[in-house]
Amino acid sequence: MTERTDQAREPAPRRYADMTGAEIFNQMLLEEGVDLMFGFPGGAVIPIFDVLYDSPIRFVLTRHEQGACHMADGYARSTGKTGVVIATSGPGATNLVTGLATANMDSVPLVAFTGQVRSNLIGNDAFQEADMTGITRPITKHNCLVTRVEDLGRTVKEAFYIARTGRPGPVVVDIAVDATVNRPAREPSMEPDLPGYKPRGGGHDRQIRAAAEAINAAERPVLYVGGGVVIAGASDELRALAAKGRIPVTTTLLGLGAFDETDPLALKMLGMHGTAYANYAVQACDCLVAVGARFDDRVTGRLETFAPHAKIIHIDIDPASISKNVVVDIPVVGDAKTILAGMLEFIEPRDRSAWLGRIDEWKRTYPLKYDPDGDIKPQEVVELLGTLTKHDAFVATGVGQHQMWAAQFYGWRRPRQIITSGGLGTMGFGCPAAIGAQFGNPGATVIDIDGDGSFGMTMVEVITAVQHQLPVKFVVLDNDYLGMVRQWQEMFYHKRYSSVSHPCPDLAAVARGFGAEGMRIQDRAELADGLNEALKHDGPIVVDVRVAPEENVYPMVATGKSLDEMDLGKLA
Amino acid sequence: MKHVIMAMVQNKSGVLAHVAGMFAARGFNIDSLVVGRTEDPDVSRMTIVAVGDDRVLEQIRKQLEKIVTVVKVRDFQDTSYVERDLMLLRVHAPGEKRSEVVELVNMFRGRVVDVSRKDMMVELSGPEDKLEAFIDLVRPYGIGELARTGVIVMKRGKQAS
Repeated sequence: MTERTDQAREPAPRRYADMTGAEIFNQMLLEEGVDLMFGFPGGAVIPIFDVLYDSPIRFVLTRHEQGACHMADGYARSTGKTGVVIATSGPGATNLVTGLATANMDSVPLVAFTGQVRSNLIGNDAFQEADMTGITRPITKHNCLVTRVEDLGRTVKEAFYIARTGRPGPVVVDIAVDATVNRPAREPSMEPDLPGYKPRGGGHDRQIRAAAEAINAAERPVLYVGGGVVIAGASDELRALAAKGRIPVTTTLLGLGAFDETDPLALKMLGMHGTAYANYAVQACDCLVAVGARFDDRVTGRLETFAPHAKIIHIDIDPASISKNVVVDIPVVGDAKTILAGMLEFIEPRDRSAWLGRIDEWKRTYPLKYDPDGDIKPQEVVELLGTLTKHDAFVATGVGQHQMWAAQFYGWRRPRQIITSGGLGTMGFGCPAAIGAQFGNPGATVIDIDGDGSFGMTMVEVITAVQHQLPVKFVVLDNDYLGMVRQWQEMFYHKRYSSVSHPCPDLAAVARGFGAEGMRIQDRAELADGLNEALKHDGPIVVDVRVAPEENVYPMVATGKSLDEMDLGKLA
Repeated sequence: MKHVIMAMVQNKSGVLAHVAGMFAARGFNIDSLVVGRTEDPDVSRMTIVAVGDDRVLEQIRKQLEKIVTVVKVRDFQDTSYVERDLMLLRVHAPGEKRSEVVELVNMFRGRVVDVSRKDMMVELSGPEDKLEAFIDLVRPYGIGELARTGVIVMKRGKQAS
């Protein structure tokens, strides 16, 4: 790596009119507090990289732009700060698309800068030209093209403001190369010009009161909590509200950690692979309080029969989320933290022992479980990782069976702990996202619980972890299958296993080839010691755990079924 | 059900694509979408005629408001407003039919803006249903070509009470 000489840097020129676009760009990032960014250089962004050479901003060069985007995402989810990624025009930019769509679906604050060809060439099919604003418009919160250096600084400022406020999301700023080379003709204005952007505040008092009164009137309320509570930093308010009203709490995949699962009121995750007791509770409740969640089809199952007896309260910062899938009785639009705090004073302590007793009965009858005999079970690997890390690690995942087992069995205790692609379901997210989380949390334990299918898609980024000596633990639940698709083919397609056999290479050997530590575990006798040793290893390590190949995720609510029509598996 | 929605948008490139793309991506059906300049050079006015029930209308309004470059959205449900659609229509009207067609044009307070031996071009403006009625009446003569701008609307002033 190049030595940086921060002290020797000349003071930045005072007037923007004296600076090149690239210098203005760097200056605006510094003003936004950016100290780390991910990306990959190329022709259209060379002027920016020339300025970054002297910048105090740390730059992480990845192996692929998609990896850079997921790293910025993992950094953002684990820290609450805005992730920053940069790529060149054309293929560099289009390689960000999956990462942007991932961040958009899960409301992650991200700013992506893409190079664009010289402004007089735009539209001419120039070398490495792609219409990035056109491509990313439906998968970003906002995007724009900058062709004039006079607009660059203000646009960068606006991008950060839009990305982190309201319902957060990714913003793409596509910058024509001449806008980074030129100097402004006159001193440009840095004042944001966003007449159409008004993020919501704290919610309407009358609605807050109405929501609290509906809860007070309910015999069997349930709190259904999503990623919005994590984003709003509203876990304390949630805990206080649940405790005061004696209200059980279920979370979505992205809401995991917003409510401590060791709390007796915790129902863990709901939905397609949620706990039986969470799903039964939602179907039986008479008041469902959705907070920062959006009634995703993986959560509701068959919409017509979802929470059939419940009055529905929906607290969300995005008005467009309200009554989109489910007609809501009491909408409260605004920031979850303020709204939950506001509701707390109106919530009356109530004896709900009959309701909680019924739930406890379900918990005893239908716990999450698996058959611990035979091959190593993926669930026990996750459970062990939970115990060994005292349920306090950051855990990234890919997408598929392993993701659901991680969600079910890790034991989530604090917000921002899980880093997973919920909305888009992006395989390959885990490895780079874990690296991003480790960059944002240098002293913390960060694990990527991955599947061999997902890990294979982006494992090249292990090299990035090696380069920066990040002690990320990549634990791969390796079953030689694309397991979730295989499970569906087993259950719904008469075991016609079409293109799911996925022979996995010796990942320990691959890891060593990359310069990381590698470990392969095939016997249960080696499992606990092996994981323990891996967690203690001070550097990147890939643990290839060979698990039972045809294990299924249960419970499962098949598509089109109601939440209470679960397949509980063989152990029910 | 038909709804008229107005969106004031920033006069920037890509805004029309964004709005049109949102309608397509979310499966909303639109009858017409008109964009034009306003009294403010920084702001354009979009008038959208969309089809759907009240829930669809509410989603359309919210999704429009969510677009950063959309400054203001108003739906005209339960509002008294003036509606105009402008049409140019070429109708087959040889010598013997010409006066009949001109009579119809006059009844609808339209104007004949071009005449040839075989046909004439008519300009007509008004609410959509008036235009539809005129089209129905001249169809038997043979419509050669038809172009409409789509609907624009404006709320009526407050009535003294």
